[in-house]
Amino acid sequence: MIYLQLFWEFFKTGLFAIGGGMATIPFLREIGTRTGWFTEAALANMLAVAESTPGPMGINMATYVGYTCAGIPGGLVATLGEITPSIIVILIIAAFLQAFRKNKYVEQVFYGMRPASTALIAAAGIGVLQICMLRSDARWPGNALWELVDLKSLLLLAVVWVLTNVVKQTKGWHPLAFIVFSAVVGIVFQF
Amino acid sequence: MRPKELGTLFLTFSKVGVMTFGGGYAMLPILQREVVESKGWATEEELTDYYAVGQCTPGIIAVNTATFVGQKLAGVAGGIVATLGVVFPSLVIITVIAALLSNFAEVAAVQHAFAGIRVCVCVLIINAVVKLWKKTVVDLPTLLIFLAVLALSLFTSLSPVIYVLCSAAAGVLIKNLGARK
Repeated sequence: MIYLQLFWEFFKTGLFAIGGGMATIPFLREIGTRTGWFTEAALANMLAVAESTPGPMGINMATYVGYTCAGIPGGLVATLGEITPSIIVILIIAAFLQAFRKNKYVEQVFYGMRPASTALIAAAGIGVLQICMLRSDARWPGNALWELVDLKSLLLLAVVWVLTNVVKQTKGWHPLAFIVFSAVVGIVFQF
Repeated sequence: MRPKELGTLFLTFSKVGVMTFGGGYAMLPILQREVVESKGWATEEELTDYYAVGQCTPGIIAVNTATFVGQKLAGVAGGIVATLGVVFPSLVIITVIAALLSNFAEVAAVQHAFAGIRVCVCVLIINAVVKLWKKTVVDLPTLLIFLAVLALSLFTSLSPVIYVLCSAAAGVLIKNLGARK
């Protein structure tokens, strides 16, 4: 029964991968080598698609790998398998938090955790920024400093920043508007 | 909660799912817009709490956050419905692409579009962090925690779980030492 087996494999991935979608990759690789359902090269291609489609990357990966293993029901079963442990664990924590929200120690724990959480998100943003802004074909000190930076990306970054923070007429627009705008700019100017 | 409200929860989280380009962090600006500003279902502080807990618990951060918000609004059913909502667009889009366009990621226009989108997502995350910063970095100790975790996560490859647990301990310590003076 492949669907049951698929559910179980992804349930384990969802249970043991801690820290988001990227953390599931080593588990998926291990499933591929152990079961022979897909190759390492296929996994790399699936990752490329998961990163270039709408939807959180980790969920896209689960659906794609499941589909590769066992068609449309496979994609569904794998995704449900991967999210089931999260749902159970978070429901328990959330119920606990509701009961102890006003507890002095719980408040103190969150007082310390919040700036850490903000810093982790900032670090993730800086990681993406490095990938977008630095040219992979240039090295320092071989190239001049201004050659290290992708100027087209830097310009787009500046434009989007101004549109979302300075210009009164566009500041309140939905984030999706800027995403679509940037996609069009990317296609037109060959990013 | 009535079926109609569960329907709204599902649709809102489907919207969040379809507008997320990248990992769970790329979802944050969309969540701020749809869940905090539009619907008022959670505060900025609660979102940071959910992300902090989501870092240290199993599974995908996007799923963990959706379950949290749904549970807060409508209990166990809400948690499940919100999570299925955030997953739904991925199921449809990926299945279609896997079935019909397996070389999707190699299409030049897709690559150019996503290079542009990644730049935009950077700015959106920076804006989101600035909003969170105002609510979460409120005094000297929280500023020190922010700077320490930022520096450590940029220059080392330790697990985020360690930072979150240490900061939680630091929070309790600072508050209790401060109170004793």
